[in-house]
Amino acid sequence: MKVRVLVRLRPGIMDVQGAAVQRALVGLGFGDLRDLRVGKVIDVDVDASSVPAARVRVDEMCKKLLANPVLEDYTIEPVEASSLEATSALR
Amino acid sequence: MKFGVVVFPGTWSDCDFHHVVSEVLHQPVKYVWHRERDLGDVDCVILPGGFSYGDYLRAGAVAGRSPVVEAIRDFAAKGGLVLGSCNGFQILCEAGLLPGALLRNECLQYRCQSTHLVVDNVDTPFTRGLRPGQVLTMPISHGEGKYQVDAPALAQLREHHQIVFRYATAEGAVTRAANPNGSLENIAGIVNEAGNVLGMMPHPERAAEAVVGGTDGLLLFQSLLGSLVEDGTFLKR
Repeated sequence: MKVRVLVRLRPGIMDVQGAAVQRALVGLGFGDLRDLRVGKVIDVDVDASSVPAARVRVDEMCKKLLANPVLEDYTIEPVEASSLEATSALR
Repeated sequence: MKFGVVVFPGTWSDCDFHHVVSEVLHQPVKYVWHRERDLGDVDCVILPGGFSYGDYLRAGAVAGRSPVVEAIRDFAAKGGLVLGSCNGFQILCEAGLLPGALLRNECLQYRCQSTHLVVDNVDTPFTRGLRPGQVLTMPISHGEGKYQVDAPALAQLREHHQIVFRYATAEGAVTRAANPNGSLENIAGIVNEAGNVLGMMPHPERAAEAVVGGTDGLLLFQSLLGSLVEDGTFLKR
């Protein structure tokens, strides 16, 4: 079962990387850019019978290693096989 | 006093720590590989700097869950002395042995430079030979050293006098300009509540011989040696 973990810095934690990327985009003419924060995508394939079961396991993974609760929040989203292929096709 | 120096794939300060302990302090020391589950007969475990497991995911994240760190968790719970420097500090935070986390430097630059540290707490086995307010000079070398912790945890750190070192001027003034990485309250090093686990971003092992430009790092090791009494328990001041 494939799920996607999105890890992002918690609100209030300064994202210096995002700020640098934002400055670069403004320099490229994107003056309408209001805010930008950089996060991480972690695609996980876990041996589970259902999405909720996979979600439970991946939630444990997030708590144990994938996210640092001091700094980061995370969300877990189911991934359709077709959408993964679509992402690859774009590359 | 017997020292163990932990080695992860990607650790880089292990040989420097080993050298200081064996050649400068003339104390027994051994390397401890990251897969070890038993630390053996040691009084102090050192987590050196470097890029353990390539610092993949987050600095110190994978190392913080490795077998040797589980052994260190038990060792620390029994009062064993643990010193983590640079990546070692990041690992101790990731492992939950110290509160908080270390973020990308605010300046976005990797900082490799000499820093001044003002000593806030001399009631630890690592600093008992120092004076409160004493200024030490030690190098830093890191890209992710901005200490971050939430407000309740910061209040706890203050209440239990867990802040040990802060970045300061040569005169000991804690200023924004003296802060090389944007660290909260200029924090450079903290201890756990029990005082036996120290994490610090600066490198004491790189300031332990005059030939490398300074000996202030040696004061930490000398404090440690002085804190070991004959029956194997550790003295606080």
